Amino acid sequence: MIEIKNIAKKFGKLNVLNDINLHLAKGESIALIGPNGCGKTTLIKCILGMVLPNKGEIFFQQKSIFKDIAYRSKIGYMPQIGRYPENMSIGQIIKMVKTIRNSNETLDIDLYEQFEIEKLLNKNMNTLSGGTTQKVSATLAFLFNPNVLILDEPTAGLDPLAAELLKEKIIKERSKGKLILITSHLLSELDDMVSEIIFMQEGALVFHKSVVALKQETQVEKISQAIIHILKHKTV
Amino acid sequence: MNRILKYVILDIIKNKIVIFYTILIALFSWSSFSLEDNAAKGLLTLLNIILLTVPLVSILFSTIYIYNSSEFIELLVSQPIKRSKIWYSLFAGLAISLSFAFILGAGIPIIVFADFSKAFIMIVVGIFITIIFVALAFLSSILSRDKAKGIGASILLWLYFALLFDGLVLFLLFQLSDYPIEKMMVIITALSPIDLARILMLLQLDVSAMLGYTGAIFKDFFGTQFGLLLSFLLLLLWIIIPFFISLKKFKNKDL
Repeated sequence: MIEIKNIAKKFGKLNVLNDINLHLAKGESIALIGPNGCGKTTLIKCILGMVLPNKGEIFFQQKSIFKDIAYRSKIGYMPQIGRYPENMSIGQIIKMVKTIRNSNETLDIDLYEQFEIEKLLNKNMNTLSGGTTQKVSATLAFLFNPNVLILDEPTAGLDPLAAELLKEKIIKERSKGKLILITSHLLSELDDMVSEIIFMQEGALVFHKSVVALKQETQVEKISQAIIHILKHKTV
Repeated sequence: MNRILKYVILDIIKNKIVIFYTILIALFSWSSFSLEDNAAKGLLTLLNIILLTVPLVSILFSTIYIYNSSEFIELLVSQPIKRSKIWYSLFAGLAISLSFAFILGAGIPIIVFADFSKAFIMIVVGIFITIIFVALAFLSSILSRDKAKGIGASILLWLYFALLFDGLVLFLLFQLSDYPIEKMMVIITALSPIDLARILMLLQLDVSAMLGYTGAIFKDFFGTQFGLLLSFLLLLLWIIIPFFISLKKFKNKDL
């Protein structure tokens, strides 16, 4: 579904992404992990067209993303830190994104209901706490029933109940055969959510493997243990 | 474009600084007309106040607004909407709402006190100055990722056009006073939108005699239909050039 070919990106002299090749298929639920500053967010931003790579191509359903922006209507994106215009209410933000997307898909209001956004519709964005803003971001990402979900640190900042609701929602969407890309530092919570792992280090791809294969190779039960095993033994 | 324009305008109009700005220029306008005994004098006083405050507020508010919208711009870029449309909408949003604030604050008293043709030119000049400095704000905020640098650049731009440029022109005038530089002055004037606006308005007020021989040259040039048209075209260029440079940069910017 998403084909990344030889992507490279430099910020000044710093090589943030170094010749990345990836194939992300439909129905996969992928965790993108790696130490801070390894280029995860930059890679995601390249897919979304926010960062323009110096080199390489990205294809979405066989079409280059640099020519046509229509593919973004098939992606739901939840940023690490969402910030919105101060004087807009939640209702206005949702309405605005609706008019931009102009989609005929039936709206997916699961999270909208579970997070009780309805009660907050008239609240201005500058009065919201960080967690509530994240709830709005999550609701927006899922609202339009996109085929691809890109979630940057989705549960960071959410209270335990909301984080749990979001996890359930991710698992539900995964079972519908959507492509889900998650970055997270909380390896322990990834176990039930993902089927594939992409590990990056210093702007380069270290491996892209299924969770099953990874656990078999390292002979452990959990993703977190498998990653630590790999980091310790440096065997990939 | 208007898919987001409406929401941008709604957001800006509710901003406390814009409300305060509207009230402030309303106060300036009403008081300068009530303090002077005739409308032309009042207009002249107001012109000087407007040519200082309007550029400052327009450029500073817009710069800060663009920097504060950076995450919002990111959100929009991740949606199926062209980058140029986002930039156009932000520009139109800021230009429309600040012009609206100007019309509401200064436009009403100007129409009430001054006669129609002068009032009309004054309001048009005010709107042009507003939009020009919004465009300059777009330019200075795209040049650097650092908010402090961007705001600094905006303040410098304002300082240059509002104060330093006049000083430089005066300096030139004194240094070269033995040479026939009056025609050159017409060209130099075009290099600052504020001076262009000031001369446009002064000629409408028939006080150009105070400017001496240079004033006569100005009158010869800017006083004609052609000169008026040309100076509005120049003001238009002051909007178009900074904005399109910023648009070109924004299209290739990493967010």
